Amino acid sequence: MSTSSKDQIDTRAGHFGQFGGRYVPEALIGALDELEAAHNAAQKDPEFLAELAHLHKTYSGRPSIITEAKRFAEHAGGARIILKREDLNHTGSHKINNVLGQALLAKRSGKKRVIAETGAGQHGVASATAAALMGLECVVYMGEEDTKRQSLNVARMKLLGAEVIPVTTGSKTLKDAINEAMRDWVTNVDSTNYLFGTVAGPHPFPTMVRDFQKIIGEEARAQVLELTGKLPDAVLACVGGGSNAIGIFYDFIKDKDVRLIGLEAGGDGVETGRHAATITGGTPGVLHGARSYLLQDENGQTVESHSISAGLDYPGVGPEHAYLSDIGRAEYRAITDAEAMYAFSLLCKTEGIIPAIETAHALAGALQVGRELGKDATLLINLSGRGDKDVVTAAEYFGIPL
Amino acid sequence: MTTPLAQLFKKTQSENRAALIAYIPAGYPTQEGCKAVIDVFADAGVDAIEIGFPYSDPVMDGPTIQEAANTSLNAGTGAKEVFDALAHATSRGVPSVVMTYWNPVEKYGVQEFAESISSNSGSGVITPDLPVDEAQPWKTACAESEINSIFVVAPSTTDQRLEKVTAQCSGFVYAASLMGVTGARSGISSGAKDLVDRIKKVTDTPVAVGLGVSTREHAKEVAAYADGVIVGSAFINALSGADSLDSGIKAVRALVEQLALGVREGRG
Repeated sequence: MSTSSKDQIDTRAGHFGQFGGRYVPEALIGALDELEAAHNAAQKDPEFLAELAHLHKTYSGRPSIITEAKRFAEHAGGARIILKREDLNHTGSHKINNVLGQALLAKRSGKKRVIAETGAGQHGVASATAAALMGLECVVYMGEEDTKRQSLNVARMKLLGAEVIPVTTGSKTLKDAINEAMRDWVTNVDSTNYLFGTVAGPHPFPTMVRDFQKIIGEEARAQVLELTGKLPDAVLACVGGGSNAIGIFYDFIKDKDVRLIGLEAGGDGVETGRHAATITGGTPGVLHGARSYLLQDENGQTVESHSISAGLDYPGVGPEHAYLSDIGRAEYRAITDAEAMYAFSLLCKTEGIIPAIETAHALAGALQVGRELGKDATLLINLSGRGDKDVVTAAEYFGIPL
Repeated sequence: MTTPLAQLFKKTQSENRAALIAYIPAGYPTQEGCKAVIDVFADAGVDAIEIGFPYSDPVMDGPTIQEAANTSLNAGTGAKEVFDALAHATSRGVPSVVMTYWNPVEKYGVQEFAESISSNSGSGVITPDLPVDEAQPWKTACAESEINSIFVVAPSTTDQRLEKVTAQCSGFVYAASLMGVTGARSGISSGAKDLVDRIKKVTDTPVAVGLGVSTREHAKEVAAYADGVIVGSAFINALSGADSLDSGIKAVRALVEQLALGVREGRG
């Protein structure tokens, strides 16, 4: 293993213990410095914060509500289950929180063009939406495999005026879309901001995306306190790159008695090797500009991930999650495709809510943790996205003729 | 510390010419084919060789090198094959380095990687996605193994940062001629000379220019102001466009001979 600063805490900006940092071509350092400075300035600028709050209130629909899932809870050991409804946001997931922030930053920095990567298409749709709203040119890179799995979202992005470029290199999925977006950015860095979709990538992305997503936890903490009079016993979220999870975890990190549980995509089972459970089944290394856990072989080559959920099908994870896992503040478990699809179906039939398949991993975790903690426990689940985009996948899975 | 690479630049500077530096990914087009390419490099006038460590996620490379890396990875190339290719190149008496993305080094072990470079008579390593800010453990390992650490700078690198990065470079400074990825192009970016001029103001370390250099004319143009001319994708195009390994090797030889003339014409 590496002899780098493994055993000491690295306190430089953008480092989370031994994780994070910036492992990118020198050509991008200037742009990342510029982005970091713009973000830091914006976070202290009342005008920027007011503009973003106005968009939340009048455009994307914040604050999102919480819903108590009583019938679903009967299957979770009787524990109290509270859902944070990010699925009700404009464009259907938490992704809009981040892109509104980043697109506003791009506009303030005078950039005319934004690029984005997307896996399931939710971040691409959110990026295309924000770009349309703010009059920016938008190019979305999407693995060719994913354009086939998520053709509805491809059409949505095009309707919103974005150009979608299918990526045919490597495994033709999210990781390759990120590579291609990075290559675009290296080439067009003067005119372009890269709207990164998750809390991975080089500094400042993990910190910046977290700053734009932490509103989920801030709202939910107050809402749960108001509803129940106390903090939840555990907060659960699915983890691919980890943006919705960091978003709901962050405001609870200081509450040491609240367990933070991330649910990774276990695919066919971690023991089969066909999974995307990076923290559970991966090892530390560097991918896409940061040190974190990743799925890799003995030569440090990235190994392809597998999940029924395109949005979790990623062989890396955000560095702050790697750090929270290493210091024992958050725990991470793998949920198989079958467990996720069971929870997906259960939420549909008990609560009348069709969740995204990504989100169904968190719901499957709630079934486990609820049974472990029993009926006196309260669990807060980030319902990160809605399942409209997944209807074809789910229908095929459950044998419903289309 | 002085490496064969450092000695090479003293020689080419005394001859008032630029050095020709040629890149080939280990295991491309095959393990044996790679050794044949290295032999041609050595015979036909290449001054230094870069052995590429093929990587699954090469964000600084264009389609040509990406495809070559995939071919090589699919044939099972790993660290062992990279060091075998390096040993072959140095056994031919040509100063040689490895060019690698950072994760394979971390996986192999930072110290162990530097030691293996040294034990195969390699002069150093080019690390295109390791900024100097993250490079302290690597710098320590390079110093212990007495090998060169070569970092890449770009036209967007500020003067202040050029000073910081070049202070960490030994052997040579790798100047990326343009903002973009590797790959043959029709002409050399006008930004390349400006960058080399800025680098020369802050360091005495030799400067080699890469990205987009593919012809004798390009080599001649770059040799007028740089100490080294780096060519990569053009060799891969020569090999991938040929209908047999033999004809590919012939095309590589012809290209090396042209480029070797180019690096000697620049200061005429």
